[in-house]
Amino acid sequence: MSETVEKNIKAENAEKLKGICDLHGKEKGSVITILQELQEHFGYVPEEAVNFIADRLEIPKSHFYGVATFYSQFHFKPRGKNIITACCGTACHVKGSERLINILGRELGIPEGQETSEDMNFTLERVNCVGACSIAPVIIINKEVHGKMSTEGITKAVRKLKGGTDGK
Amino acid sequence: MGSNGREVEIKVCMGTGGIAAGGAGVLGAFEELLARADIQARIERNCSRHKVGCRGFCARDVLVDVIIDGKRTTYQFIKPEMVQRIVEEHIIEGSSIPEWQVQDDYRAFHDRQVKVVLSDCGEIDPEDIEAYIEGGGYGAVKKALTGMSPEEVIDIVKRSGLRGRGGAGFPTGVKWEAARKQPPGLKYIICNADEGDPGAFMDRSVIEGNPHCALEGMIVAAYAVGATEGYVYIRAEYPLAVERLKGAIAQAREKGLLGKNILGSGLDFDIKVKLGAGAFVCGEETALIASIEGERGMPRAKPPFPVVSGLWGKPTVINNVETLANIPYIIRRGADWFASLGTEKSKGTKVFALTGKVRNTGLIEIPMGMSMRDIVFSIGGGIEGGRKFKAVQMGGPSGGCIPEQHLDVKVDYENLMQLGAIVGSGGMIVLDEDDCMVNVAKYFLNFTQMESCGKCVPCRIGTKRLYEVLDRITNGEGRESDLDLLDELSKDIKLGSLCGLGQTAPNPVLSTLRYFRHEYEAHILDKKCPAKACKALITYHILESACKGCGACMRVCPAGSISGRKKSPHMINKELCIKCGSCFDVCKFKAVLKE
Repeated sequence: MSETVEKNIKAENAEKLKGICDLHGKEKGSVITILQELQEHFGYVPEEAVNFIADRLEIPKSHFYGVATFYSQFHFKPRGKNIITACCGTACHVKGSERLINILGRELGIPEGQETSEDMNFTLERVNCVGACSIAPVIIINKEVHGKMSTEGITKAVRKLKGGTDGK
Repeated sequence: MGSNGREVEIKVCMGTGGIAAGGAGVLGAFEELLARADIQARIERNCSRHKVGCRGFCARDVLVDVIIDGKRTTYQFIKPEMVQRIVEEHIIEGSSIPEWQVQDDYRAFHDRQVKVVLSDCGEIDPEDIEAYIEGGGYGAVKKALTGMSPEEVIDIVKRSGLRGRGGAGFPTGVKWEAARKQPPGLKYIICNADEGDPGAFMDRSVIEGNPHCALEGMIVAAYAVGATEGYVYIRAEYPLAVERLKGAIAQAREKGLLGKNILGSGLDFDIKVKLGAGAFVCGEETALIASIEGERGMPRAKPPFPVVSGLWGKPTVINNVETLANIPYIIRRGADWFASLGTEKSKGTKVFALTGKVRNTGLIEIPMGMSMRDIVFSIGGGIEGGRKFKAVQMGGPSGGCIPEQHLDVKVDYENLMQLGAIVGSGGMIVLDEDDCMVNVAKYFLNFTQMESCGKCVPCRIGTKRLYEVLDRITNGEGRESDLDLLDELSKDIKLGSLCGLGQTAPNPVLSTLRYFRHEYEAHILDKKCPAKACKALITYHILESACKGCGACMRVCPAGSISGRKKSPHMINKELCIKCGSCFDVCKFKAVLKE
């Protein structure tokens, strides 16, 4: 079992995964930390990586799955090159975040009910609150916080972003 | 050092708000200009410049203080390209630039505040432990660990009247005493920085602005209850706070304020950081413990309370960031001083996040007992755009709202509870006439039904049903019987849920039903949304006489529903219109009407 799992993991990733196991394997209650590190490395939580670690640490895979699905932080599918995070906190909500999200979804070409565009360039995600309410509404583009976003502002930001990726 | 000990100090706001507005660039510009050797020599002063954390008024960022020989000038909306003029005219020539300075509203925002927890936020460099120590920081650790018994520490905290700032308001000293009384052995202190309430950012700002005061509170708590291990459970959504917190812990360790035998007192105590993974319910203490243990964050029944059996079954004190951040100041200045602030049953100050439709949004700290009217109209400067005040929503998804007729309420734990709202963790969202209260209730129920952990059926399914009823009301499909159904279901959920999330989830519904029943009735009976906020119940059209035919609406319409020739009135095709409101926002002539 563990051999087939190891075959599915690239060598460099296997080293990384072994490192994560060595670092956190002995810690009590490290499942969430391990999942966070996987996501940090891969951009999402790949099934094979979880299988690899679960085997190595002799923790049931179901335990990882149960924990990972409980927390909204974890993603199970690869995500786009650019991550756009829309804050849906109360202050952003009353200042029109929903409208910004509609514009973003449309401009970035993200299919209804999905988070990531088909060309894998953009992921649009919603978070509960980033705690920057005094500059609501807030949009985070690739970890950069943009406050007091207007409909025109967001349209401009998207064009800039698209220009950037087309140029690459 | 400049001659005569004269100094120039420049403080640049670099909290999340300051950085979003370009604070790093502004500080960089100062660095670059002041690094030119001749400037400091020419003005015969030493120029120090450093970042500071949140000073509250993030809406005016980047805020810059220039302090010359003790005289402070505050500039607002500063951009990197403006720095050169400040350096040349103000720092070198000595004449400040009036048109860039903060105005009366900035002073009004600050004048009524009393800063305890936030007293060092926005003043000191949060990434420099020396700056905190210089202002008396870690004095409480020294005082408690070297000059007081744990019982004496607990006694001061009890007499101060400090109550938990996370929302429930439980007396902190009593909690510590209960943990102290547990048999000696492994005990834990947990700092709850899982600030999940949407619309609240007090804890983020405290940790970004002065992480050491929370750490100092934890060390004092550890000494008082006899704990040896500490955790800070903090949201992963706060990357800057996490970074500064980790840095602060490392610095405290270097100084021997964490680790073995702290200050020779015999206390061993160290702190680990655990990142939350995005579950609102983990703010509840038993769920938080489960999450640190690496499990699904589901609450369990109490008792036993965490002070008896908490993390890994050991006695555990869980305090909120703001609670712990009060401790150093209480130990340093005494119980009587703290108890002299606030009201009879709610002592001290409280930090609130004042946001929404007020002119001045930001972080404020006020003595308990200030009237809501003063908060909204004096500090907040009233409603923006001259619109009409409707309500203040407090306590997020667990809270309720304070309508206009109760604006004179003195804000403390008991008074707000009576009105069906709560102090909560301190989110204060001001709503105006454009906000639909049914929609606000729906927003919160959508939140709680997603965040319910699923353990208790009344919470898991009940909140979903509540949401569905609210959803159909806002869609104009409400039934007359829905109001009774909402009321009944709300009460059942409160009774049938184990933890605070379920027990308080219906509050936004009950509170809006109590004060804004007429809005519900207008949706159900007249199929109208009085605030004109519910999409299904409004239509957009263009007032021919006001339309100049500029084409702005046509360009912005995503559905292609607007047509018209240049310089002649345009029209909206109601069949195609998706009611996004873009045309309404963009029209400069108020020609787009919402009805």
